Amino acid sequence: MEKAIKRYLPIFVLPTLAAFIIGFIAPFIMGVGLSFCEFTTVKDAKFVGISNYVKAFQDTIFRHSFWYTALFAIVSLIVINVCAFALALALTRKMRGTNIFRTIFFMPNLIGGIVLGYIWQLIFNGILAKYSTALALNQWLGFWGLIILVSWQQIGYMMIIYIAGLQSIPGEVMEAAQIDGANSWQRLWKVTIPMMMPSITICTFLSITNGFKLFDQNLSLTAGEPSKLSEMMALNIYNTFYGRSGWEGVGQAKAVIFFVIVVAIGLVQLRATRSKEVQQ
Amino acid sequence: MKKRSLLALAMVGALSVSMLAGCGSSSTKETQAPAGSEAATEAATEAAKESTAAGDGKVYYLNFKPEQDAQWQELAKLYTEETGVPVTVLTAASGNYETTLKSEMAKTDAPTLFQVNGPVGLASWKDYCYDLKDSKIAGELTNDEFALMDGDSMAGIGYVIETYGIIYNKALLEKAGYTQDDIKSFDDLKKVAEDITARKDELGFSAFTSAGMDGSSDWRFKTHLANLPIYYEYKADDIDTTDAIKGTYLDNYRNIWNLYINNATCDPSLLSTKTGDDAVAEFVTEQAVFYQNGTWAYNDVAELGDDNLGMLPIYIGAEGEDKQGLCTGTENYWCVNSKASEADIQATLDFMYWCVTSEVGTKAMCGGESAMPSGDAGMGFVIPFKGNLESSNPLVNIANQYVADGYTPVAWTFSTMPSEEWKNGVGSALTTYAADQTDDNWAAVVSAFVDGWAKEAAASK
Repeated sequence: MEKAIKRYLPIFVLPTLAAFIIGFIAPFIMGVGLSFCEFTTVKDAKFVGISNYVKAFQDTIFRHSFWYTALFAIVSLIVINVCAFALALALTRKMRGTNIFRTIFFMPNLIGGIVLGYIWQLIFNGILAKYSTALALNQWLGFWGLIILVSWQQIGYMMIIYIAGLQSIPGEVMEAAQIDGANSWQRLWKVTIPMMMPSITICTFLSITNGFKLFDQNLSLTAGEPSKLSEMMALNIYNTFYGRSGWEGVGQAKAVIFFVIVVAIGLVQLRATRSKEVQQ
Repeated sequence: MKKRSLLALAMVGALSVSMLAGCGSSSTKETQAPAGSEAATEAATEAAKESTAAGDGKVYYLNFKPEQDAQWQELAKLYTEETGVPVTVLTAASGNYETTLKSEMAKTDAPTLFQVNGPVGLASWKDYCYDLKDSKIAGELTNDEFALMDGDSMAGIGYVIETYGIIYNKALLEKAGYTQDDIKSFDDLKKVAEDITARKDELGFSAFTSAGMDGSSDWRFKTHLANLPIYYEYKADDIDTTDAIKGTYLDNYRNIWNLYINNATCDPSLLSTKTGDDAVAEFVTEQAVFYQNGTWAYNDVAELGDDNLGMLPIYIGAEGEDKQGLCTGTENYWCVNSKASEADIQATLDFMYWCVTSEVGTKAMCGGESAMPSGDAGMGFVIPFKGNLESSNPLVNIANQYVADGYTPVAWTFSTMPSEEWKNGVGSALTTYAADQTDDNWAAVVSAFVDGWAKEAAASK
């Protein structure tokens, strides 16, 4: 059987591989190439060396957006994972209606980011109007607005992953800990969390990279107001690309820098949480 | 075992074949000859003959104006029926034209007809602009001012002339005790607006609609209103464009902006959330007298009644404004993609020519109510071509009246604004200033205006 499957390896791999090459590898290589060029459409580009990178690093708003994004990623990482874990713990207890609650908490994740952004913008601005202010007037209002928005959207998703992790913890281990006299707090920290490390690795990876890559919600909720101070990296790249004629290459260079940063952070985080995973 | 794997293989094969088939479905339309009378068949052969005469050219128009999408689609269909040349019209979503154009231009079937907004827009697309100097449509222009030149080559042709100013509700203005004759300068406008604000509760309406700074409305202020200080500065310095704006008239800009935001239907701190639709709604429900917008907005405000609509120049208190008219110009230039095939270029030129000369075309472009063959409203444009028809848009007629009465139209200098980034910078600063009207916040507007201009002009080089 195994041999037979191996024989058909190319057939099974080919569709995915083709999609991966067309949808990822090819645009990526093109993108890196274009970051060294000046161009209007991607098909006719003129090589200009590293001047795009020089311009990208000189851009103070780009640096601001990096720190703003990093802070956002950290705060959203903590808020989302703590809440999702707590919900998962609550919803794996034996009580009535857990499935309904799981469904409800998961549902925000099914709505697109742009739509969510506009809906929350109405909600927030409706409340802020009572205090004679608005999201677009203060970068920190925008920041916390975004945190609330992405938490609402992503907690349910992470919760599902944590629930799956919790359910895979063997009952005997918990029972043994209980017989040994561990109280519920000790059981959580000494048994549940170490056993959950694979789920935690996935969830932290997803939420930190989502935090960095956030675009639609940022575009629709604050659009970078006031004066680009709430502009996160992905939106900054987009605005650089389309904001001025002749700056497409700079946007592309920023995108490459952005890619390197996200990959580096993702790898560091993976290594850090992987090392804490235990064998069951 | 063997059988099962064969079955699996067959299934995989079937799956991939159907996938590929899905991808490859090309849009081959069946040409159906209308059945019935002989005459119809004859007409069909005629049409077929003509289409071969026109070659294999096709037209792909990337349209800038979402409000006219339906009309262009209909016109495209009519043209195809008449000549057999396929015409595709795609309309970019509001505010996304450059984005759409950039991605469409990279495709194999790129737009053959596209738009730029003026000299700054042309800078990024000049390599794609076919020289229209010798085209038939260039000969139809009534005034060379509407040709967009890139050195010696005619890169674009403006196809619609538009006018903006302060649209006002005549009945409400009279109710407040004034008429247009009372407003001849910025001081008059200020006096009237502030008087209305003072008696707001008694009158039941405000002077201005909300100056929304949401993305759907902020262009009215960061671009159109900002045109006035730039226009007067260019006029004073006798130039058409500059890399370093001085901001001579920025105090006037501040005055008119103060007037707009402090005499409006809403608190100035809420402007960042107000949309273009909000302003329209306030205007048509008679909550405010004045609404800054242009001839293109006629359909939105038509329900107030044609006789009830007037337009005022946007006075900012500059010298010589007693002769100032409305702001008239174009930011819609047609360009033909020079990288398209010869046949496509020819087909596109023919289509443009047909639009501005044929009876159906000019009627669709200039006409108002039920001007389209299907009975829908036309585009209501004023076109700078010989085929221009009398407009049924009262705002256009008001604009013409100003010119006839000897007022000088204000040119659209905003096409010389150095970049989108510049506009956004000014817009953000205006929003912040509106919420907290301190001198420091105004200094930020000035900085975005003057320093931002120099910076963006240098960056866009």
